[in-house]
Amino acid sequence: MADAEVIPIGTRGRPGRGTGTAPSSAARGLAANGARPAPKPAKKQAPKKQSAAPRPKPVEEAVVREPVTTDEPTPAGGIPAAEWLAAFQQAAAEVFGEEWEPQLARFLAFLRRRVTGDYVVDEYGFDAEVTERFLMAALRPIAQKWFRIEVRGVENIPADGGALVVSNHSGTIPVDGLMTMVSIHDETGRFLRPLGADLVFRLPFVGSMARRSGATLACSEDAERMLRNGELVGVWPEGFKGIGKPYAERYKLQRFGRGGFVSAAVRTGVPIVPLSVVGAEEIYPLVGNLPSLARLLGVPYIPITPFFPLLGPLGLVPLPSKWLLEFGEPIRTDEFDAGAADDPMLVFNITDQVRETIQQTLYTLLMQRQSVFR
Amino acid sequence: MGSAGRVVLVTGVSRDLGRRFARAAAADPDVARVIGVDVVPPRGDIGDVSFVRADIRNPVIAKVIVKEDVDTVVHMSVIATPGSAGGRNTMKELNVIGTMQLLAACQKAPGLRTLVVKSTTTVYGASSRDPAMFTEDMEPRRAPRSGYAKDVAEIEGYVRGFARRRPDVCVTLLRAANVIGPHVTSPITSYFRLPVIPTVLGHDARMQFLHEQDLLELLLHAIRSEVPGTFNVAGDGLLMLSQALRRLGRPTVPLPPFAVGNVGSILRSARVADFSPEQTAFLTYGRGVDTTRMRTDLGFEPAFTTDGAFADFSAPLAASGRPAERLLAGLADRLPAADPTPAGSDRG
Repeated sequence: MADAEVIPIGTRGRPGRGTGTAPSSAARGLAANGARPAPKPAKKQAPKKQSAAPRPKPVEEAVVREPVTTDEPTPAGGIPAAEWLAAFQQAAAEVFGEEWEPQLARFLAFLRRRVTGDYVVDEYGFDAEVTERFLMAALRPIAQKWFRIEVRGVENIPADGGALVVSNHSGTIPVDGLMTMVSIHDETGRFLRPLGADLVFRLPFVGSMARRSGATLACSEDAERMLRNGELVGVWPEGFKGIGKPYAERYKLQRFGRGGFVSAAVRTGVPIVPLSVVGAEEIYPLVGNLPSLARLLGVPYIPITPFFPLLGPLGLVPLPSKWLLEFGEPIRTDEFDAGAADDPMLVFNITDQVRETIQQTLYTLLMQRQSVFR
Repeated sequence: MGSAGRVVLVTGVSRDLGRRFARAAAADPDVARVIGVDVVPPRGDIGDVSFVRADIRNPVIAKVIVKEDVDTVVHMSVIATPGSAGGRNTMKELNVIGTMQLLAACQKAPGLRTLVVKSTTTVYGASSRDPAMFTEDMEPRRAPRSGYAKDVAEIEGYVRGFARRRPDVCVTLLRAANVIGPHVTSPITSYFRLPVIPTVLGHDARMQFLHEQDLLELLLHAIRSEVPGTFNVAGDGLLMLSQALRRLGRPTVPLPPFAVGNVGSILRSARVADFSPEQTAFLTYGRGVDTTRMRTDLGFEPAFTTDGAFADFSAPLAASGRPAERLLAGLADRLPAADPTPAGSDRG
């Protein structure tokens, strides 16, 4: 204990770091040039001379500064209410434009309706207001700027009355469904009502969001009910076989279910509009699958893309492929008689016709496309 | 129907809705007598209704039906909660065995003309694989294996069997949506009366309600009009659970699905609210029923929509705090420009 070394704390009354005679290491680092040791020992003298120049003069006594004080204890107390109001008005004008007052009032009214629950949903849980204001608004830039969607044959979608849009399905995650919804809404003003697998409605958040945006379960009861009510219904008959197929099999249509969508259309007498989507296959190129983990989690597949598990969440950014959506000529079903929906041969024939139309259109579009990303 | 007056037997009069229906039926000019039957005497005033204390689980009920010359039976004593009956076994016995005995007694009664059974839309279940709107011919996607839903499914089976054996009796099976109103105590109303309401995280249920007055009107309509068949009954329109809770203005706690069951059993043991598994499924996935046949065949029109019924139910319940709404209201009042478009019209 006797020979315990006393380590001084502080500067023992001498001027502190940065004010003493010798520059601190931080100050040496800040010196303009030459502070860094030269690479060669032959030029050892040169940097020493240079470094001497910026060395601060020795200061004999510490500079005594007046303490900085403010009159106001808090900064907010100093800004008068009028200035707050002016700033707020300026910000509002910046965000909402010149017509900011009615705009903001309308937006507040909308918020109040949401907060008090004063809105209407239809029998499937479709909330038109929130779909249009939030979902569509959020997806529109992705559709227009990221995928640069080009829509052809919009005139084939009936302006009113029921119709069944049948599309190919691809892209690992059903982004193509969302993009089709946005494109149809922007081009025709109608809401596409998608039919989803029951997995969609079992998942938390996804299921409630799907219902809110107008989707319902892909079953014959719901499909026929919607078509009878004159809705524009979207269906992806390939289902998980379509979106979960490997990248090597891109643009090869899978089996079209059991043709349930055809019987629904025939029973309700609505036209079937074939839709071919090019570009969605390339957003997440599926190169692998984890079937055992997928079975464990109860999902159809766990995708492996060149980026997905590797880059983590960054791998979830879809590749910016160029999309083409082509709506084909509607296939009329209203001339069939009542029992036609129960005739399996007829249903298979129409299913094949729809499938062939989409497949041929896909090939044509692929020929026209310059490259995946242009 | 121009008979001298009908004799109506109502089961389940000890409970509020049964008692009120019995009184309403007694006030009907077509009805000569109303006999109320239950295990325990009714708590409130039953007016002109003559009460017979009998257990529908034993054959005494047959003697009552024959002796009083009953021509209309309204079966309302299907109970939804084990709490009120004193345990799940008692509840099942009251529901299933009681209905069996009642129907057996009805089968032996030669003067019987009409049987009205108040069932529930719970019989359709609630799951992710449900169609949006159930019609009367649809079956639940999964047959219920326990609880109230199974009881109701069994009761409906017995009622259908009875309708086959006695084709001369007009059997009306009414599947009512959740009955709601300021005086109703049921699993769903006690759920909405909780001070802090647990919800299922990430799910939003679609709900339909039937106002209590509409239920009484419906049963009266059923005994008057005598239309045989099965009918879904619900107010017009749908409410999402989140929307209903926003209108209620009570704080909510979203819980993951497994936790909802645990919280439910705690609440059940505390006798605050009843969270049976089918109630949890209903709060997760919700349910909608198609009421076309109620209008076209039965000719009944509810006075309250789902919206209206819920508004009437929630009016006496004080909102326990709506900071966001107050803030927005305050902001809207400060704003110098009045909203040129009325609420709701500015969307495309």
